[in-house]
Amino acid sequence: MPLFTNTQVDSGAPWVVRTALLIAGTVPRRLDWALVAAVAVLSIVSTLLVWSATAGGADPSTATEFLRRHLLHLCIGAVACLTVAAIDYRAPRAYAPILYTAGMVGLALVLTPLGSVVNGSRSWLEIGVFQAQPGEVAKIALILAVAMLLGEPNDGEHAPTSRDVLFSLAALAVPMGLILAQPDLGTAMVFAVVYLGMLTLSGAPLRWGVGVVLSGVAAIAAVLWLGLLEDYQIQRFTSFADPSADPRGAGYNANQALIAIGSGGFNGTGLFQGEQTSGEFVPEQHTDFIFTVAGEELGFLGSAAIIALIGFVIWRILRVAASCPHPYGRLVCAGVAAWFAFQSFVNIGMTLGLMPITGLPLPLLSYGGTATIAQLTAIGLVLAIQGRAHSFD
Amino acid sequence: MRLKVRFPEATHPRHKRPSQTGPLVAQILVVLLLAVLVARLGYLQGPRSEHYAQLAAANHTQGLVVPATRGLILDGVGRPLVRNHTQLVVSANYHKLADQPDGGAALLERVAEVIDEPAEELRKRARLCGPEVSRPCWPGSPYQPITLAEDVDPRAALQIMERKEDFPGISAQQRAVREYPYGDNAAQLLGYLQPATQQELEEREDLHTSFSGVELVGRDGLEAVYDDRLRGSSGARRFTVDSRGNVNDVLTHEPPEPGQHLVTSIDARVQQATQDALKAGIARSRDAGYPADSGAAVVMDVRTGRVVAVASLPTYDPTIWHGGIDQRTYDELLSEEAGDPLVSRVVQAQYPAASTFKVASAAAALENGTDMDGSYKCPSSVTIGDREFHNYESSAHGSISLHKAIVVSCNTVFYQFGYDMWKADGGTDPVANPKNPMQTMARGFGFGEPTGVDLPYEADGRVPGREWKRQYWEETKEGACKRADTGYPEIAEEDPERAEYLEQVAEEHCSEGYVWRAGDAANFSIGQGDVLVTPMQMVRAYAAVANGGTLWEPRVGKAFLSADGLQVERIEPVKVGELPVSDEHLDYIRAALTDVPKKGTAARAFRGFPQDEISVAGKTGSATIVGKRESAWFASYAPADDPRFAVAVFISQGGTGGAAAAPVARRVYEAIYGFGAAGDRDEDDAQAKPALPGGKPPEELPNVRPDGTIVAPEGYEK
Repeated sequence: MPLFTNTQVDSGAPWVVRTALLIAGTVPRRLDWALVAAVAVLSIVSTLLVWSATAGGADPSTATEFLRRHLLHLCIGAVACLTVAAIDYRAPRAYAPILYTAGMVGLALVLTPLGSVVNGSRSWLEIGVFQAQPGEVAKIALILAVAMLLGEPNDGEHAPTSRDVLFSLAALAVPMGLILAQPDLGTAMVFAVVYLGMLTLSGAPLRWGVGVVLSGVAAIAAVLWLGLLEDYQIQRFTSFADPSADPRGAGYNANQALIAIGSGGFNGTGLFQGEQTSGEFVPEQHTDFIFTVAGEELGFLGSAAIIALIGFVIWRILRVAASCPHPYGRLVCAGVAAWFAFQSFVNIGMTLGLMPITGLPLPLLSYGGTATIAQLTAIGLVLAIQGRAHSFD
Repeated sequence: MRLKVRFPEATHPRHKRPSQTGPLVAQILVVLLLAVLVARLGYLQGPRSEHYAQLAAANHTQGLVVPATRGLILDGVGRPLVRNHTQLVVSANYHKLADQPDGGAALLERVAEVIDEPAEELRKRARLCGPEVSRPCWPGSPYQPITLAEDVDPRAALQIMERKEDFPGISAQQRAVREYPYGDNAAQLLGYLQPATQQELEEREDLHTSFSGVELVGRDGLEAVYDDRLRGSSGARRFTVDSRGNVNDVLTHEPPEPGQHLVTSIDARVQQATQDALKAGIARSRDAGYPADSGAAVVMDVRTGRVVAVASLPTYDPTIWHGGIDQRTYDELLSEEAGDPLVSRVVQAQYPAASTFKVASAAAALENGTDMDGSYKCPSSVTIGDREFHNYESSAHGSISLHKAIVVSCNTVFYQFGYDMWKADGGTDPVANPKNPMQTMARGFGFGEPTGVDLPYEADGRVPGREWKRQYWEETKEGACKRADTGYPEIAEEDPERAEYLEQVAEEHCSEGYVWRAGDAANFSIGQGDVLVTPMQMVRAYAAVANGGTLWEPRVGKAFLSADGLQVERIEPVKVGELPVSDEHLDYIRAALTDVPKKGTAARAFRGFPQDEISVAGKTGSATIVGKRESAWFASYAPADDPRFAVAVFISQGGTGGAAAAPVARRVYEAIYGFGAAGDRDEDDAQAKPALPGGKPPEELPNVRPDGTIVAPEGYEK
């Protein structure tokens, strides 16, 4: 069975078509179509939810604009996904150091005057009319770099040595430092958890995993002790314990999110019918609080189905990880799974009053250009690994 | 940091099958975490969903309370004593102000510019009153709109309403403000309005449900007593709104129900005349060198117990409460110079009754066997116990009838009565069940307990006796005994004589202060000593004497009229008792009282008054309090042969009753019946037109026409 199908491309066709056909032709045939289908369904749901979340405004053109942009993000993401899936995953591995360096430069640029402050943290990069969140790109860069450092040297021969772990820790420390400087506590936590997940699955000595967790706890304690956290960050954490204590203050978001979801009941109000949603009571509803739209309008049935779909996607990614014989591929999948799982849990948890408000978007559902594209690219990476997992056996 | 990168070899050795434990554990972990989410989701959307649905409804619907128009307070003829005047009020939402980054300072500055008031003043008015924050400040709840300015120019208000986005949380609304056509007349009777305090909102359930936030609560007088009737109930409008407060849809609209009008038995003309007369009386006393610090005058319809006029001086202009009183005005209002204008001297102040009390003492004597036709010695002084008790100015009249004793107000006759009754009860060593005839009679006249008038904060008065004395002694003996020991060194420095006297009093009080002594009984008989009465109690007692013995619960409120005039609810007068005096004895007393303004202590005050047309009966009193000038009383009724009105006048430290108080009552009667000062009727003289046609208050109520105008009862004019 041929690994790649090289379709004969008609040289007379426009270059876009030619490129698309070329990419499509190089996509492995043995794709995990279940994973692709799940991601596609989530993308459609995401489109509907973003539409509903933005449709309540006074100006209908706002919703159209959001919808247009979201579809554009999804298209770019789909192209990126398929492109990455088409390339042998070992190739980006070769460029991992360059990707990593590029990601770190992006993060550093955010701290320069090129970056802009949104919601108290400097995490946006503005170049002309384009805005990007380098933090999202950096997640992929980190996953690739750590997978290389922990999976490459031994290549399955033996577990990573302490030296490998130290190198990988250094690779983590750079983006962590830059992210904390923004400051974006949520993204930094994603980095830490992604790293921890990869480290645990790499077969590195257990003491390293425990050590990382303990030093993380120590770091948090130190931060609290030294008063390094901004007031708004502490407030978000304290108000999560009792969101109704201060309905107009830091607990406002959490409270409104609970009201929106709770009032949805079992069946929900129906798409575009939510009064909390159309009245725009939940701030940031199309981004961080997209799940509240599902909660109110789709009810328990719809939102539980969405959680199940997310769970399915993560399960498929982990299945790819389990079946991949190469430590590198395995670790990339583990990183992506940890990323999606942690971010989903924290995001949905915060809308349900289980987690503090951290400003992390819900993977594959929230509106957001860089995040959507980065997540679909990550899915592409997983697909690339899956398609080639057994090709060298 | 240098990253060491190794590229994989082109071919790999065959891999070991990777360990499956890691991914498996990860999968279980993910399933567990997601299960937690689903469980929580199920809890929120299952059992808790009702709760959140309610919160959601509260979230996206909003109510606007439409305030009700407060009812008017009318006099018996329908003249408004308190009416409404519509003006534009600019108010601020406290929480929206607080939400501004600078606490609303810049916003208030903009408002100040538009309405042309100092920004500093607005900033002060927007603060919540508290122990540290003095007026101007907002005395109400922070959930009510805070009044920033009243009577705003419509053009300025329009600017604010048109540029809502520039003035977040600021609103300009029409609001009815109380207006007082008779100025400071009966200010304490009418009362005033203030925003409801947080505490009131919590305590009063009815306020909570009917309170609009824009409305005010009655704080004193009739406004407080009949607050729930006058206020009406506010209407409500419910909208659906979005998170920015934009209105999408009107759900319900429930119109407000205007408050009822309160018709009182007050007659505005008599009221005006009474207050003017009292004012003039006080001025006269001051001219004569008396302090005349305050005064009270009250007119009652003796046949119903309804109050026709109430004057209490000093008074104040009730409009000062509008828009939140400022601290200076408030301090002035409470200052000593102002003389407590908030206190109604008619119901809240109590004074020694002095000789006006003799009606009760005479009744007690008559009911306890004193001979109507006997004659009694009226020396200039009598010795009772070890003390001498004098007549006023130590005049002596020889042997006189009880009738004359009342007419000339002979104290010594009454001292003797008091002393004899005290002795009959056993004196300092009382019998088991002393009859206390004087005290019993005083209580029978309604003294010593609130009259039950429909006005707040009524004083009890005091009818002292054996019981009271013991109780009082037990409460005060500790301090007295201490003083008996230490004396009054702080007074001794300036006035050793007085210190000596006070020490003696303290010693006496400490050792035997519980004893109701002969002197106490003697003092009681002429309404002195520890006897205290309110002018309202006094007028009611004289009304009872006049009407043949019926003791009424005084009423100011006469009826409630709905704003459309369709519903009328009368407030019926309440009888509380009968004087325990036989008709024969009452007749006797009335005859004596009738002579007082003709040949007795009030004769001079009533010289020239057409007694043949309207005969006045009454009794003077000159109350003495240690360390103060005497205070004047005149309690009376008229016409003596067919009584209709009772008038009681009191001027604190104003002189004798005959000289200071009786002329005030005379002027009131002149106004009621339309006599000129010379005692003649002059139809052309506005002052000489009868305030009450036919000399009687209207029985019928004023009417409210469907258009809201108020028509006087037939035979009366507004």
